[in-house]
Amino acid sequence: MAEKILAPLAGKVVSVNIAVGDAVEEDDEALVIEAMKMETPIYIPCNGTVQEVRVKEGAEVEEDDVLAVIE
Amino acid sequence: MQTLIALFKTSGVFYLTPGMLIMWVIALVLIYLAIAKDYEPLLLLPIGFGILLVNLPLTGLMTPGEGLIWRFYHYGIQWEVIPPLIFLGLGALTDFGPLLANPRLIFLGAGAQGGVYLTFFVAYAMGFDLKEAATIGIIGGADGPTTIFLATKLAPHMLGSCAVAAYSYMALVPIIQPPIMKLLTTPSERVIHMQKGRKVKPLEKIVFPIMGAIVIILLVPASAPLVAMFMLGNLFREAKVVERLTHASQNELLNIITIFLGLPVGATMNAENFLQPKVIFIFFLGLLAFMFSTATGIMLAKLMNLFSRNKINPLLGAAGVSAVPMAARVVHKVAAEADKKNYLLMYAMGPNVAGVIGTVVAAGIFLTLLG
Repeated sequence: MAEKILAPLAGKVVSVNIAVGDAVEEDDEALVIEAMKMETPIYIPCNGTVQEVRVKEGAEVEEDDVLAVIE
Repeated sequence: MQTLIALFKTSGVFYLTPGMLIMWVIALVLIYLAIAKDYEPLLLLPIGFGILLVNLPLTGLMTPGEGLIWRFYHYGIQWEVIPPLIFLGLGALTDFGPLLANPRLIFLGAGAQGGVYLTFFVAYAMGFDLKEAATIGIIGGADGPTTIFLATKLAPHMLGSCAVAAYSYMALVPIIQPPIMKLLTTPSERVIHMQKGRKVKPLEKIVFPIMGAIVIILLVPASAPLVAMFMLGNLFREAKVVERLTHASQNELLNIITIFLGLPVGATMNAENFLQPKVIFIFFLGLLAFMFSTATGIMLAKLMNLFSRNKINPLLGAAGVSAVPMAARVVHKVAAEADKKNYLLMYAMGPNVAGVIGTVVAAGIFLTLLG
């Protein structure tokens, strides 16, 4: 089952630590969003494989945008 | 030789007092904290320099009617021009979206004003008069311009110390708040995830500052100077048709008046005025106000949870003190310590901006009753 990582807040993606095909575990750091001059790490919600990464470093994201999909 | 002595007597050195030297130390400590520790540098740096200047003898910088910094003080602060203009900029910087998405969190912004009133009573009980007590209490609102605004009207002799207390404690929010937040919440409360807020339409964001101005000014007319400018700035922002004005309010104007705010506030702190036992109590009570406000915000959130099925993470109550956005960041971090997948930042912005309004209203009420 695919699980989407949604942006919990609007901001700028400052780093992406996952790539398509990576095996990931729950609570790994997936990417970092900067909002309100603070960096917020976003964590992987479940064990699995990264199927899609939809944002790049430097991208502005809105709340609830799909950031990545974990299979 | 005699001319040399005469020359020496026209220099300031001859008129230095021990008090002035102590004030130099205070000024240099503030400047150091601003530069090295990044403690509210936008304010504490000019304030620190202002303190230093006013404690150099014979300058006449603060001489009424003549001095350069006195003019900044008189026309900027006493005439109540600068704090409302700061509020214009803050309004233009504020996004009410998170508040509108979770409207009930507005109560937390009110709850965190509890410290203002508790401290008001404590200060009064300790022998400050009513106006002084109100000015000290408002430090708990964690809002610099509002503190300056109220102090100017109620207790101008305490302006410098209250402003420095407010700005220093604001810089210390990440140290002051977390222990209180952890003490008052259980681990199971700290991991509460918030239910998603509703979607906010652009029209709501335009209507909010207009309605907000009408309602708040009607209820507490004395808060009008600050509320009016804040809501105007916010209307600029949300209307999206005057981006130049929004940009100017947020950046150039705000930056320029910040310079003219800090310097004269610092310059009110001459040695005779500042080096009094009272000032220690102001700092002590100001800290108490901050702590009380954090606590009452959290307690109100817990109280709301008793009556609501949809639980609020009570840590959000701490964001009701208005130090924007530090208090919201602190909430986010404390919550993330308990559960790193709990992202509270945007939820915390709701009570945080409500706290700004709450503090202004609290100041307006004091002005109405005591002014």
